[in-house]
Amino acid sequence: MKKYTFTEKKDTRSGFGAGLLEVGKQNPNVVALCADLTGSLKMNDFQKAFPERFFQVGIAEANMMGLAAGMTIGGKIPYTGTFANFSTGRVYDQIRQSIAYSGKNVKICASHAGITLGEDGATHQILEDIGMMRMLPHMTVINPCDYNQTKAATIAIAAHEGPVYLRFGRPAVPVFMPADQPFVIGKAIVLNEGADVSIFCTGHLVWESIVAGEILAEQGIDAEIINIHTIKPLDEAAVLSSVLKTRCAVTAEEHQIHGGLGDAVAQVLVRNLPAPVEMVAVRDRFGESGTPDQLMAKYGLKAQNIVDAAKAAMRRKAK
Amino acid sequence: MSDIQKLKTLATQIRRDILRMVHAVQSGHPGGSLGCTEYFVALYGSVMKHNPRFQPDAIGEDLFFLSNGHISPVWYSTLARFGYFSTEELATFRKINSRLQGHPATEEGLPGVRVASGSLGQGLSVAIGAAQTKKLNNDPHLVYVLMGDGEQQEGQIWEAAMYAAHHKVDNLIATVDLNGQQIDGPVSKVMDLMDLGAKYRAFGWEVTECANGNDLEQVIAALQHAKTLTGKGKPVLILMRTEMGYGVDFMMHSHKWHGVAPNDEQLAQALAQLPETELKDY
Ligand SMILES: Cc1ncc(C[n+]2csc(CCOP(=O)(O)OP(=O)(O)O)c2C)c(N)n1
Ligand SMILES: [Mg+2]
Repeated sequence: MKKYTFTEKKDTRSGFGAGLLEVGKQNPNVVALCADLTGSLKMNDFQKAFPERFFQVGIAEANMMGLAAGMTIGGKIPYTGTFANFSTGRVYDQIRQSIAYSGKNVKICASHAGITLGEDGATHQILEDIGMMRMLPHMTVINPCDYNQTKAATIAIAAHEGPVYLRFGRPAVPVFMPADQPFVIGKAIVLNEGADVSIFCTGHLVWESIVAGEILAEQGIDAEIINIHTIKPLDEAAVLSSVLKTRCAVTAEEHQIHGGLGDAVAQVLVRNLPAPVEMVAVRDRFGESGTPDQLMAKYGLKAQNIVDAAKAAMRRKAK
Repeated sequence: MSDIQKLKTLATQIRRDILRMVHAVQSGHPGGSLGCTEYFVALYGSVMKHNPRFQPDAIGEDLFFLSNGHISPVWYSTLARFGYFSTEELATFRKINSRLQGHPATEEGLPGVRVASGSLGQGLSVAIGAAQTKKLNNDPHLVYVLMGDGEQQEGQIWEAAMYAAHHKVDNLIATVDLNGQQIDGPVSKVMDLMDLGAKYRAFGWEVTECANGNDLEQVIAALQHAKTLTGKGKPVLILMRTEMGYGVDFMMHSHKWHGVAPNDEQLAQALAQLPETELKDY
């Protein structure tokens, strides 16, 4: 198992904040909108550097999506910022009609995604957003795994023409991806090559998958770990070439079992290369208040759950 | 002790509960909670007909909705202090496996809560719906709802406001917590509401004011006055001026304590300003 280490933990939303400032410097067409969560989204630095390109919309997310759609007409590249719940469910029809269907170049940047939002509880812990967003035609869906990848993704999406959903989180998590990584939308990253089981993972579950890979290695199981930062368009070639070798798969995500990465990977496999798939995800229930770590354990999203899923998938392989 | 003195004592104890609850988990929203304490004490202690033997359908009693669900600490403490559940349960606030979720929830059946809130802008619509059901059921009791002032920026509020006037939902008393603050700063700087009373009046509401929402007698009087305005074909709104963080000197006069918990030292400093009452800490 390839060794991954980290020297610090940082929140992925700070990666977004740093990336936004950077892309703001690189591209004068980048503008940002926020719905009364400037500090939580780490958009203060952009706001300070480019006050004339920053728009406070108040607590009015539906309006924000419409404004962003309008701003694209004439060439601006709007980045909207609010919590993931209020970036998706709250404004689904505004995104669907004014942004996705209308082919508008809006970057929907969503923080505090998933259960690791913690103590605020289920009203704020959206676990359906990847599903909602990947169902929309034209939408690109990205869920980076650490500070560096989030920063790189934030910068990269400006160069992509079309609507993007960029999902990141609240808690500090290990920073283990290189700072200078190229970020290619739609290109999966093989973190570890292995022959026994493919682990497809996204967001905060990538680090858990690395930890799981180490545990599996100690037990003589050789896991291939693939970071799917772009859930849509899915890197189908990467999924198929890995499973052709391993003949079974695990998906790991901080999302409902319905609609997310698991469904996306399973669909590619059933259509091309039927193989057992085990899904590490939240099992059709709402979250609750608690610390991120407690919740990850209670809802079955820890490294050990990935280990168990890997073994279950291997047991189901055709003999 | 007079009734009003008892209620003032209760307000002090609720403020202690709020501070201790958010301190214990180092998260939650003390600012709006402290600012709205008199409102909750007035509502549950004087104005509203309610029954701590909670019945979700609220047949034959008044009912209350909290639209700005983030100020759950003041509501939970109020509910516990009025016997909806034990005050010990306040210690579970925001912890795993608790009924006292960060934002109010119905999933685990917490007595007193009838709909989840936390995503802003939704409570007024729910309250209007419940008020209409009261009318359909020939139940003469009232529906109360509290909203934030920042929350007024949500479009759904205005869809609801238009509807309530059009449908003459006159068994409803909505209150806006006019503390002038929200997360990113003063409401006037983030997204100015301008003349909020004129807006509601233009939408067809009966609008009344409470000049000092941290003066218990004034809050009770404002709610009693609002009651006299019900049943006249219009929904009723109270614009209630409060101070975010009221009762703790260093938490007042800014938006900073909207959603930040005090550390140990700050808690001690805050509690010293609100001495424990005979109602006792949980
Ligand atoms: C739909 C929605 N958008 C954003 C938030 C995040 N949020 C929580 S409280 C708050 C500010 C609310 O301001 P106000 O209603 O004035 O309440 P106060 O800060 O005075 O307690 C925001 C933006 C939310 N909970 N719901
Ligand atoms: Mg306010």
